[in-house]
Amino acid sequence: MKKKIAMYWGAGCGGCDVSLLGIHEKLLDVLEKADIVFWPCATDFKYEDLEKMEDGEIDIAFYNGAIRTEENEKIAKLLRKKSKILVAYGSCATEGCVIGLANLYDRDEIFNAVYLDNETTPNEKKIIPQGMEKEGIELPEFLPSLKTLEQVVKVDAAIPGCPPPSPVLEEALNALLEGRTEFGKEVALCDECPRKDTKPDKIEIERFYRWHEKEDDGSCFLAQGMICMGPATRAGCGGECTSAGIPCTGCMGPVPKVENQGIAMLSAIASIIEDMDEEKERAVMESIKDMVGTFYKFSTAKLLPYGRFKDES
Amino acid sequence: MKVSIDPITRLEGHGKIDIFLDEKGNVERAYMEVPELRGFEMFCRGRKAEDMPIITSRICGVCPEAHHMAAAKALDMAFAAPPPETARKIRELLYNAYIFYDHALHLYYLGGIDVLMGDVPKEERNVIGLIRKFGLEIGKEVIKHRRYAMEIVKMLGGREIHPVTAIPGGVSKPVSEEEREEIVKKAKSCIEFAKKSMEIFKGVFDTERWNEMLGLDALHTYYMGLVDSKNRVNYYDGDVRVVSPEGKEVYKIKPEGILDYIEEHVEEWSYVKFPYLKEIGWKGLVDGKDSGIYRVGPLGRINAADGMNTRLAHKEFEEFRGNGVVHETFGYYNARLIELLNAAERMYELANDDAIVGGDIRAMPSEPGEGIGVIEAARGVLIHHYKLDRNGLVEEANLIVATTNNNAAINMSVANAARKVIKRGKVDDILLNKVESAFRCYDPCLACASHALGETPLVANIYWKNKLYRRLKKNA
Repeated sequence: MKKKIAMYWGAGCGGCDVSLLGIHEKLLDVLEKADIVFWPCATDFKYEDLEKMEDGEIDIAFYNGAIRTEENEKIAKLLRKKSKILVAYGSCATEGCVIGLANLYDRDEIFNAVYLDNETTPNEKKIIPQGMEKEGIELPEFLPSLKTLEQVVKVDAAIPGCPPPSPVLEEALNALLEGRTEFGKEVALCDECPRKDTKPDKIEIERFYRWHEKEDDGSCFLAQGMICMGPATRAGCGGECTSAGIPCTGCMGPVPKVENQGIAMLSAIASIIEDMDEEKERAVMESIKDMVGTFYKFSTAKLLPYGRFKDES
Repeated sequence: MKVSIDPITRLEGHGKIDIFLDEKGNVERAYMEVPELRGFEMFCRGRKAEDMPIITSRICGVCPEAHHMAAAKALDMAFAAPPPETARKIRELLYNAYIFYDHALHLYYLGGIDVLMGDVPKEERNVIGLIRKFGLEIGKEVIKHRRYAMEIVKMLGGREIHPVTAIPGGVSKPVSEEEREEIVKKAKSCIEFAKKSMEIFKGVFDTERWNEMLGLDALHTYYMGLVDSKNRVNYYDGDVRVVSPEGKEVYKIKPEGILDYIEEHVEEWSYVKFPYLKEIGWKGLVDGKDSGIYRVGPLGRINAADGMNTRLAHKEFEEFRGNGVVHETFGYYNARLIELLNAAERMYELANDDAIVGGDIRAMPSEPGEGIGVIEAARGVLIHHYKLDRNGLVEEANLIVATTNNNAAINMSVANAARKVIKRGKVDDILLNKVESAFRCYDPCLACASHALGETPLVANIYWKNKLYRRLKKNA
């Protein structure tokens, strides 16, 4: 019997929806084995169609995007109820992704940046959208911080990546259609990086450079003194960014069994500076700008779920 | 009585339409709500400048190339590092591949379903239904050519979705001779596919049903788009040209000056702002030449330009624009097809240009400052503006995105369509889809529009005998 699958997005960018179309011809093979019963991006089924389904009627539901509003949370719970297997699809659902960086600020700061202290917005009456109570317009109350899917409902499996790269996605889809919920590589990106042969046993650097400051010579980025999240990031993409001349920024999340990707990377850096004298050590550490944005670009929400941590570096 | 469409579908982002009927069952008001909050303008502050092309591409996974490039262009300027010719052409080639696959997505997977499938039940209104109707052969051609264009994006940008190679001053990866040969082959095939697409859609444009769709909505607005030195459409670079509802040029602005010409209006009941032409002013949600509302995207570009920069697309342009600017909202489809063909031809041209395989791919940045990047996203003019501190960290970021530019127009179009199709309380799935088909013309990206914050209760303007009859903000 054909499986029933659903795809939904919470607070996200749509890249995950596109990535599912991005397996191209192979999507036709998936459709031989499964019917899509709900996918707002590509089909016209509505919430009422979803609500009418029996509990557990959907075999596999994919949820991409994070939980930012009450609506996101409501649909996450509804999909959980209607599905046998609920899958966190992509970085937002799994870790919060770059939009989790919003947890570093509070709502008033965001409103101020957008509506009041904004060069193209004269806004002389200092209007901040808040609904018009007497006319019955309610703007949804935003959750105090952005949450991952797992922080809201039980999740059976997760597909990493921003968005999941095609090879990772194809393996995951095959596994899930066969009833398996574990898949993916268990090693770090360095293991499959095309530059791995140029990674020395001991990395020796004076400071870190930012990638726009230095010409890339094609060797291991860390050895060149550029921060590359490879040692702390799960393999699977084949080194797409490092192949294209850009260091890994960590979108695949941590290696399985490692909880904190940022700490894993900081400990990789600690091993680089461990033999240095204090002055040199300080020079290396001070050359790192925007610690949170560098080490927690994709995982702020998962690891700092309550928000409001300020980067004072 | 209230009729809800929840969620609205076949678009990027989620939203809801509420339509309110009067005692006679005719449409009184309609709103589109977009429940989203992400706050990019805020959390971009403090980030490293070179991270911006990577972070802001996550505003939208359907048009990541647009944000990626707008960010890179803003940084070129902020670091006073104009990219060398090869880098510029690699970026433009990548960019045309993006326009191609994004337009193909809309024409065959999202809005185009309304045009190609006609009034069929919702189970059939998707790409799977389309393949059933038009045959697997065409389905495979669609999939293959989107794949071709995305493979070109990956070759040049490192990844199919959220590319990474545009850096301040250029690109991080050159193009090899083998890659160039492959791109030439794929681009050639894309041209044939675009011609075929033109034929398929023109089959519908000859029908009575198309006239009915054209009749759903027309807005007499200003139009805005990037043009080259000959006033031809250009997606990657150029001056911003604005034409009046009569088709006369009102402005031609250097991209870095654009922020002097537009302002954004804030309403208490909407998180998404309403950009308008500053000099003409905000007159509310009305069209006509006294209102500063302008439209962007395929129809905005084609109306704001005098032609296309490739041969076949220009021929189609002349046929479409023969009698001046086109105000019918469904004209977005004609415009999108012309651009699909243009993007394919332009890919082929650029891939055949020897500069594309050059080795000089980046200029080294100098001191950080302030920069503005203006580009044509598939859905229209996109502006990134950054101020950097002396460490090259972002001090301020302001983003005006394509779908936000169309915010006012989309609101008006949905309400106009609702008014046309819903009479005496008769509503069903097919009629409600006609209402949705009005916003789909714009291929709106609510992910982009809500990069900041937002629920947008739609404003419905009801016109009576060509005059604004009621301006509706929300049910009392």
